[in-house]
Amino acid sequence: MRWLGKRRAWCSKKWVRLAFLVVALALLLSFPFRASRYWVDVGFYVGLYALLGLGLNVILGEVGLFNLGHAAFWALGAYTTAILNVRFGIPTLALLPVSALVAAGCAWLISFPIIHLRGDYLCIVTIALGEIVRLVLINNPGGLTGGPNGVVGIARPVIAGHVIRTPTDFYFLVWAVVAICALALRQLQRSRLGRAWNYIREDEIAAEAMGVDVRSLKLLAFVLGAAAAGLAGNIFAAKMRMVSPDSFTFIESCLMFSIVLLGGMGSIPGTILGAALVVLFPEIFRPVAQYRLLFFGLALAATMYFRPGGLWPRRRTMEFLMGQVER
Amino acid sequence: MLTFLQQLLNGLTISSFYAFVALGYSLVYAILKLINFAHGDLFGLGAYVGYTVFVYAFGVIGSVLGLWGLLVAGFVAAALATAGAGLAIERVAYRPIYPIGRLPAVVSALGMSIFLSNFLMAVWGPRYLAYQDAFIPGGFWQIGDFRIRILQVLILLSSLVLLGILYFLVERTTFGAAIRAVALDRETAALMGIDFLRVIRFAFAMGPALGAIAGVFVGMYYRQINFTMGWVYGLKAFTATIMGGIGNIPGAMVGGVLLGLLEAMTAGYISAAWKDVFVFAALMLMLIFRPTGLLGEKVAEKV
Repeated sequence: MRWLGKRRAWCSKKWVRLAFLVVALALLLSFPFRASRYWVDVGFYVGLYALLGLGLNVILGEVGLFNLGHAAFWALGAYTTAILNVRFGIPTLALLPVSALVAAGCAWLISFPIIHLRGDYLCIVTIALGEIVRLVLINNPGGLTGGPNGVVGIARPVIAGHVIRTPTDFYFLVWAVVAICALALRQLQRSRLGRAWNYIREDEIAAEAMGVDVRSLKLLAFVLGAAAAGLAGNIFAAKMRMVSPDSFTFIESCLMFSIVLLGGMGSIPGTILGAALVVLFPEIFRPVAQYRLLFFGLALAATMYFRPGGLWPRRRTMEFLMGQVER
Repeated sequence: MLTFLQQLLNGLTISSFYAFVALGYSLVYAILKLINFAHGDLFGLGAYVGYTVFVYAFGVIGSVLGLWGLLVAGFVAAALATAGAGLAIERVAYRPIYPIGRLPAVVSALGMSIFLSNFLMAVWGPRYLAYQDAFIPGGFWQIGDFRIRILQVLILLSSLVLLGILYFLVERTTFGAAIRAVALDRETAALMGIDFLRVIRFAFAMGPALGAIAGVFVGMYYRQINFTMGWVYGLKAFTATIMGGIGNIPGAMVGGVLLGLLEAMTAGYISAAWKDVFVFAALMLMLIFRPTGLLGEKVAEKV
């Protein structure tokens, strides 16, 4: 244990963390220029799932709300982009904030009546929600969603005259959004709001007794998490140039849930690591493609046994205590 | 009127499937407060084991004992195999993780669900398998235009009998009292000398066994099975569990019947494509207005 304590102190030295961040950034930035198109695409998906994971991390990691229907918000963002772009010709990039807003608005409407549910009950309702959204998309209400075939022909995004086309372009687009979201989330974590969220997660009743507005804060977490998923939906729609209900199944929600828990609840680098694992796992096990989800299921259970707090848990308590001493 | 009666019969038949599977969820949830996500896939495993016995033992058992002997053999094999799988999953994936916390246990359950459904795909292949006519009791009674299949009667009767036995076991025997005690408070029950591992083993053997029977029935009723079926039925059965009130046996049955009828009636009168939307919307309404379910007791929140 003493050794562990020492290692933690070493890790928390500021220059070590800064150096680590710089190396990670350098690797991220240089990666597309050294890797093949295929692996750049894999890198794009890591970014996409990191974005989805960061969104779910607000809901599940920070506030501890079991949300197993996060794919629904992703689908809402993607379909918003697809429909508005194909029907009304609004530029795809301009729809990035719109998708986030629509997903967030729907999240508010949907979660408003169910936010008081706890634990497993909320979990089941969000699964049902995810299914409802997917079934509605398949049933093609008003001819809007195109039924099982989805919507095709989404225009490529254009930034200042530069058409985003190659895997490298999309790689940078998604990682830029991830970076912005991660920074925003980091600021939130260190704010009063972040502490209130964590308080709710640790003990909801005590938090309420201390005057934390549990209901509004939970709703806010849902809305922010859904907004991130909406962003991911826009980028996904732009990348694929089509959306269909097949992309937003329950297994996707499961994957996002696993990303947050594999990485460690409330941990930003953990979430990105989790996304990398979830995306890379099928790539590494491609030779045994038929069995890869089988192994994934086993790996999920094994991780929960060996590292129940996730692979890269947030060092909350130490940081907090040491901060106290320094002050 | 005829449509109504026919949909009522269909609804009751699917109700039995849901009630069977719902019981497995309910038993495990009552004891461990854990949603056993793998339960739906255990139900799928039952359907596949039954199929395998029917196909490979058709010549041997079928010729000696006839169709009914074959059916009994298939059901028993499916129930035993699935109960064994349920116990194995409990031992490997839940018991070591459960004390750590509820979230890791949920993730482990999800992992087991993914593992099991892909195991089914790896062993039996990704395509639909057909239950052949030769091992489905095919007769029916015709009253005017109203048709009752013997299979439907079989399903309804066996669900009534099995669920009745289970109800008696849990509500009227000493072992049943132990189960209820563990469900109320595990630690106190253990202090009173109740071997709660035994109760847990019972839940993880009985639930999947009942689920397996439902799985074989579903295969016979719809004549085809697929490795993804566990997820669909699992989710709906869980919906039924919550509608009836999680953690009690009559609740699971009532929820199953309610869900089956709702589904059959929406399919018959409104739209088959939208029936699942109605089912899940009903679940949400139920949770908003009566989160404890129809027969659930009001439980005081523990601080």
